[in-house]
Amino acid sequence: MYVYDEHDRQIAAERVAQFRDQTERALAGELAEEEFLPLRLQNGLYVQRLAPMLRICIPYGMLRSEQLRRLARITRDYDKGYAHFTTRTNIQLNWPNLEDVPDILAELAEVEMHANQTSGNCIRNTTTDPFSGVQVDEIADPRPYCEIIRQWSTFHPEFAFLPRKFKIAVNASEHTDRAAIRVHDIGLQLVRNDQGELGFRVHVGGGLGRTPMVGPVIRDFLPELDLLTYLEAIVRVYNRYGRRDNKFKARIKILVKALSPEGFAEKVETEWAHIKDSPSRLTPEVVTKFQGYFTEPSYDALDNATDLLATQRFENREFDKWLTHNVNSHKKPGYAIVTLTLKKTGTPPGDVTDFQLEQIADLADEYSYGEARATHEQNVVLADVRQDRLFELWQKLVPLGFATANLNTLNDVICCPGGDFCALANAKSIPVAEAIQRRFDDLDFLYDLGPIDLNISGCMNACGHHHVGNIGVLGVDKKGEEFYQISLGGSSHHDATIGKILGPSFAREEMPEVISKLINVYVENRTEEETFLDTYRRVGLDPFKERVYA
Amino acid sequence: MPDVIAADGTIRNDDWVVVPRPAAGESMDIPEDKPVLIPADLWLAGHEHFAGKPSVGVWFDSHDEPELLGEKVNELPLIAVNFPRFVDGRGYSIGRLLRERFGYSGELRAIGDVLLDQLQFMKRCGFDSYVLRADKDIAKAPKCLSFFTQTYQAATDTDQPLFRRRAS
Repeated sequence: MYVYDEHDRQIAAERVAQFRDQTERALAGELAEEEFLPLRLQNGLYVQRLAPMLRICIPYGMLRSEQLRRLARITRDYDKGYAHFTTRTNIQLNWPNLEDVPDILAELAEVEMHANQTSGNCIRNTTTDPFSGVQVDEIADPRPYCEIIRQWSTFHPEFAFLPRKFKIAVNASEHTDRAAIRVHDIGLQLVRNDQGELGFRVHVGGGLGRTPMVGPVIRDFLPELDLLTYLEAIVRVYNRYGRRDNKFKARIKILVKALSPEGFAEKVETEWAHIKDSPSRLTPEVVTKFQGYFTEPSYDALDNATDLLATQRFENREFDKWLTHNVNSHKKPGYAIVTLTLKKTGTPPGDVTDFQLEQIADLADEYSYGEARATHEQNVVLADVRQDRLFELWQKLVPLGFATANLNTLNDVICCPGGDFCALANAKSIPVAEAIQRRFDDLDFLYDLGPIDLNISGCMNACGHHHVGNIGVLGVDKKGEEFYQISLGGSSHHDATIGKILGPSFAREEMPEVISKLINVYVENRTEEETFLDTYRRVGLDPFKERVYA
Repeated sequence: MPDVIAADGTIRNDDWVVVPRPAAGESMDIPEDKPVLIPADLWLAGHEHFAGKPSVGVWFDSHDEPELLGEKVNELPLIAVNFPRFVDGRGYSIGRLLRERFGYSGELRAIGDVLLDQLQFMKRCGFDSYVLRADKDIAKAPKCLSFFTQTYQAATDTDQPLFRRRAS
């Protein structure tokens, strides 16, 4: 994992001092609210319905155990003892005091953490696949590039006041996209060209929100060393020409659409030609240096524990389910990737207590070389667990509530904080998630249904990624009452698709029944091999519509 | 006479007057006795008349394109860029393009909604003088110009990103 050097520490310390100064001036009335607003947002600080909300950055999802313990302590000392993992692999506090935020930042800086650019109209935390570095079919580890992008984008003087927020994601697997790159402002897919050279396929202009779009490709192959200069060209074109007259038309996707992907690409290439050979071009030595921060841990030489696991599965049905659903294969024999699900029914998706954070830290130390990873599905991954210790780990996870074996099922809901916490929300989202989870409480039935992405957002801003849920739920406000609109057929993976709206919205209490009906249509129509999404794509929207509005 | 902050935080004042864009059909109201900054396109339109005059500079608005003047920028004694609202970040790109693309080496001034917390960004993008919005405390400018003593990325102030400056 990346470790700060003296330069990073200096910048982090100066940032804390800067925000302390800004907060003092805001509290003293020297900064008007609209002047302080972008400054605090660029530090992840929202002023919310009930209290400020502080979004702390977890760069590309990576956490060390000491950082988890510090987060736990901060939630205890400055908040109400819990925090919320977000859909962009950050973590939020819901109740800090504004005056305490500089002290919180100082505590974070001590463990090489910060809240830089977790909100505001700037380049946000770069996200990637939580299985980076340990999966079988990876082109290359994306994390060194994420860290290179993090440093380039941190306090970039030209891009601190973009027309709108700007999100970059990097994916490395050939076959799966766990980073949802096609619904980001820039999506980078690591690829190799015919000569075997490493580079990126560049998608620009994807996004959710009010005008959901799948990002088109503007360059099939960008050599890896050209990463930063090309990003700089893209963001410069956006900074100059993105719309600033209408907040809802200010994202880069609107510019890409207006110019056409080809027209946008041409502008980027023209700009890039001027700067591509500047000193911002990476060198092989620099890439190697960053790669050196993400080397493999000292794995033991093991064989796969196939027989042992088979016996343990046979003897314990619950363990068997968990192993099937929450454990993924690892590139090293004898190891496995374990996902701790934060989706226990009755707990808001992604919420963790201070105690749970400390437990995750202990488990990371004990089982996974002291590291953990946040996922955009609001779960936590231990990436390097020995297979012969899985049973022991599972026994510890069960009482902690991390072993709910519902990963990728209907109950593994992606959900924003919604109207319970968020000032922007039109409707609550957490109670809807919970009601659906309660309706579908039979795990065997969930397994039979196979993978289904259910994504819930409390408003158009789409923090719950509803557009790319196989089933998407959007909270809407109708004359002061909360209603829920459903869309079907979305996907955030390689086959990224924006879901189609089913029809008129429903009251909250109708939602579990409506979801049941949709599921029944799938069950009745599917062929043996089909997932929910496959069936939907084959039969279309109508059968679902007819059932629900009958 | 506006107070002008220099990149090193020192404060001076000078006489440069920003001449607003005249309404359609009107002509510019140019004071006789003071150096003036006129809209860049009008300077270009009157190039024969204005070129080479040490008392005539230009200003760009945030939606203007520095490409308009291209290499001619070096004929100018002073260029200002207007930030109509401090959250309008186009001026930063204009600054960098003037310096890095067109090689402008004269004074580059930030005008308009110029607040304290954006000064260091402006400085890094090539601005070397700033006219702070009148209600802001100019005494705090030096501190705000130097919150950071280290930076990650290249900009106008250094073409060497930190990854090249770090001891290898």
